[in-house]
Amino acid sequence: MAPPTGSAGLNPDEPTLPAAAVPGGRSAFGAGPGGWVRRARLLDADALRRVHTRIAHEIVERNQGAEAVVLVGLYTRGVAVARRLAEAIGAFEGVRVPVGALDVAFYRDDIALRPVQPLGPTEVPVDVTGRVVVLVDDVLFTGRTVRAALDALTELGRPRAVQLAVLVDRGHRELPIRADFVGKNLPTHEDDDVRVRLTETDGADDGIELWSPAAVGEAGAEPGADSGRGKS
Amino acid sequence: MKHLLSVGDLDRSAIEQLLELATSFREVTRREIPKVPALRGKVVVSLFYEDSTRTRISFETAAKRLSCDVMGFSVASSSVTKGESLRDTVQTIEAMGIDAVVMRHSAAGAPHRVAGWIDASVVNAGDGCHEHPTQALLDLLTLRHRIGPGIDGARIAIVGDILHSRVARSGAHAFAALGADVTLVAPPTMLPSTVAGWPVTVSHDLDAVLGDLDVVYLLRIQRERQRETRFPSLREYTARYGLTVERAARLRPEALIMHPGPMNRGVEIAAEVAEGPASLITEQVENGVAMRMAVLYELLGAGGGHG
Repeated sequence: MAPPTGSAGLNPDEPTLPAAAVPGGRSAFGAGPGGWVRRARLLDADALRRVHTRIAHEIVERNQGAEAVVLVGLYTRGVAVARRLAEAIGAFEGVRVPVGALDVAFYRDDIALRPVQPLGPTEVPVDVTGRVVVLVDDVLFTGRTVRAALDALTELGRPRAVQLAVLVDRGHRELPIRADFVGKNLPTHEDDDVRVRLTETDGADDGIELWSPAAVGEAGAEPGADSGRGKS
Repeated sequence: MKHLLSVGDLDRSAIEQLLELATSFREVTRREIPKVPALRGKVVVSLFYEDSTRTRISFETAAKRLSCDVMGFSVASSSVTKGESLRDTVQTIEAMGIDAVVMRHSAAGAPHRVAGWIDASVVNAGDGCHEHPTQALLDLLTLRHRIGPGIDGARIAIVGDILHSRVARSGAHAFAALGADVTLVAPPTMLPSTVAGWPVTVSHDLDAVLGDLDVVYLLRIQRERQRETRFPSLREYTARYGLTVERAARLRPEALIMHPGPMNRGVEIAAEVAEGPASLITEQVENGVAMRMAVLYELLGAGGGHG
């Protein structure tokens, strides 16, 4: 299998880690429970658009066309990303790629350890048997969501192959899972929070930022508030 | 949420969250393999002290589609016939290691008592003339998918033997909790004395309200109670309160018809009406499985189980 393709497309000038906290930066993402500091703006709307375009091209290149491809987004943001990829492929390849939405809640391995609620009904408009399914999500972290997604997908049929596309791979895998298409490889601490904002799901301008818990006495720490930073 | 004993335990947001969850399970039940591993290893016991086919099978199907292990408990072939008390029965079953009891009993309040005796979750599947909360929830789910997510302001009439109906009690409160305008239609002898405290209006004349309704909810006439409630005859009942073909023709064109089953065709509802396009009766049964999956998942999975 080919190595992850993502890093090739990175903009080397982009600020990634860590350096100065953004002082006083209360953002649309909200604050974490112990006070959060924004470490970096990783991708803005333009950069995200290029990432989508590149991944779309890589998917078509890898599969020698898009005829057999089905894009299946994982709720919630993965669905939006999958739609954008399909739109991009349609624009340059002239193929209408089917887009599905997959909810993995009932396949997770942490049910009853924490509240696990479905995020929407699974809707995959075509039979996946014999096709190449590209699972799409925003952030790849522990790999447990993708593990659940593979089980959920298996219930729907037997794809010829399953590939994985993510906007950000932030490391810290707990399972032997790897993405085929990566927008940005991002070294993070386990406690960090990669916050993704998409217009379709978050009603704000596209952007990806890296936040981490404030050190004691650190300037710019936000007061506690409850914001989700769920692992996926 | 630990138990589901009564609609009154649920506020509007809890009801809406359950309906949302059930919408995901509706999709699951329509798959070729309608099963998810969500509650693998959980054990659900169905404990029915009263006859039931649809509710029991609906719950057992729901549990199996969540990958629960299901134990059926048949009162007729159990130690209950040897005089074992309800408390001893449920504590014995619990000692075998179970996570939930789905229970129907002829005594109002029996599930509440059981919930106090055991650590497992208890789901009320009908207690006497008191409550049948999952019926009310599946009715809401059915309406939600036919008239849109909000039923605020929908005019719903529940028609029939309100006094003896746990479906009416749970339904009236659940519909009203989501903002519907509920009217109970029944002869005075079929209304409970407590009805003044319900969030409803009361009418004794179906024909007077018929033309305004969005939904007609017909209750089963329980023939066995005919003497008790002193209604003169089935024919008399049908003449005043039955949804006949003639009455159905006077409904608004978009009005919908519901019935919890089992039906007495030709008594509370004409066979042609029950099978007509306005009837949601089959959808109610279909939605029952998804709704009960949502309830079991909420009790045993989503809320963190006993942890």
